Amino acid sequence: MTKLQNFSKGIIQENPVLVLVLGTCPTLATSTNVMSALGMGAAATVVLLCSNIVISALRKVIPDKVRIPCFIVLIAGFVTMVQMLVKAFAPVLDNALGIYLPLIVVNCIILGRAEMFAQKNNIIDSAIDGLGMGAGFTLTLVLMGSIREIFGSGTWFGMAIPVLSDNNISILTMAPGGFFVFGLLIALVNKISPDKAKKKIGCAGCPSAEICKAKSEKEVVAVD
Amino acid sequence: MIKLIIILLSAVFINNYILSRFLGICPFLGVSKKLDSATGMSLAVIFVMMIATAVTWPIQMFLLNPNNLGYLQTIVFILVIAALVQLVEIVLKRYVPALHKSLGVYLPLITTNCAILGVTILNIDEGYTFAESMVNSLGSGLGFMLAMIMFSGVRSKLEGADIPKSFKGLPITLVAASITSLSFMGFGGVIENMFA
Repeated sequence: MTKLQNFSKGIIQENPVLVLVLGTCPTLATSTNVMSALGMGAAATVVLLCSNIVISALRKVIPDKVRIPCFIVLIAGFVTMVQMLVKAFAPVLDNALGIYLPLIVVNCIILGRAEMFAQKNNIIDSAIDGLGMGAGFTLTLVLMGSIREIFGSGTWFGMAIPVLSDNNISILTMAPGGFFVFGLLIALVNKISPDKAKKKIGCAGCPSAEICKAKSEKEVVAVD
Repeated sequence: MIKLIIILLSAVFINNYILSRFLGICPFLGVSKKLDSATGMSLAVIFVMMIATAVTWPIQMFLLNPNNLGYLQTIVFILVIAALVQLVEIVLKRYVPALHKSLGVYLPLITTNCAILGVTILNIDEGYTFAESMVNSLGSGLGFMLAMIMFSGVRSKLEGADIPKSFKGLPITLVAASITSLSFMGFGGVIENMFA
């Protein structure tokens, strides 16, 4: 895999939100307008890049059995740094993101990439992977934020759009609109890539995948 | 007392964790297919939410705040919750095997659930007292359970429905969640006015 493919897979084939279906909570919650979507995307990208680099650098030092707690501590450290930077330099963004800023810690994308990529690859590849996944996450958030802001409040980055600002569908900026737009986007992705039409929740990236899998296998055995 | 009731009811209906705050969407989409797994998961969430709050609130108030360590909140809370869930699992396995059998499988899954970390941080942000925090956690957990159980019913109906191919699976689930969430918006303002 070339460096370019490594970067671009995060944006299209393995888009973390629309294809792997990870990080749904921040996607739904912060895409009410483009500005907060962009802020969330940028914050998560910074954390993802830093954690991927450090985890990849420490991949031979961290014992396999305690790797998940180690990853969580590293990620939480970077999240705290980003949190402090945002509080100091962009208080408006801090207000808009609120609780979702510290919750980047439990964003499945970050732990998922640490598990699936950073602990198996060298620093440069991991950094590129982090950037690509972050870009995919940010672009999807901005796309959803744009749809919800343009049709929901008739503005884009706060600029009024002539006809739509008088005829806005304000439900799109509220909770039901988030689910609805996300559902439509995934349906669109399914339509474009028919081979992936049967999509399941992205288990591969989830840190609990093994437990979850063991559990479902147990259930099958029990049924038999 | 009235304030506690208001906190409880608003956490269940108005600020429902899944349908209006978007916390804990992963288990909502992943485990709500069957009624029994939805119930098990939500019971585990209620249980861990209460314990996590009972531990993190004193840590914040008596350990972090007096020493000006408020900025360590995120790191400390996630570690405490992760350790706690492990501990609870071990204790349950040893002393209450029946409960472990029904909740155990869900416990590790919710360590990295944003609803748990979310409720502990929100309790601090809202400036709740200890009793209010516990009630808020209980309400949030019950709201989570309500949404999970309601939605497992919706999903079992969806299984047999004739829907366009590209909407099968996740998209139609999200659209259904949107409609469920719309119905919860009807509760807005009801609870405050009930006691006014």
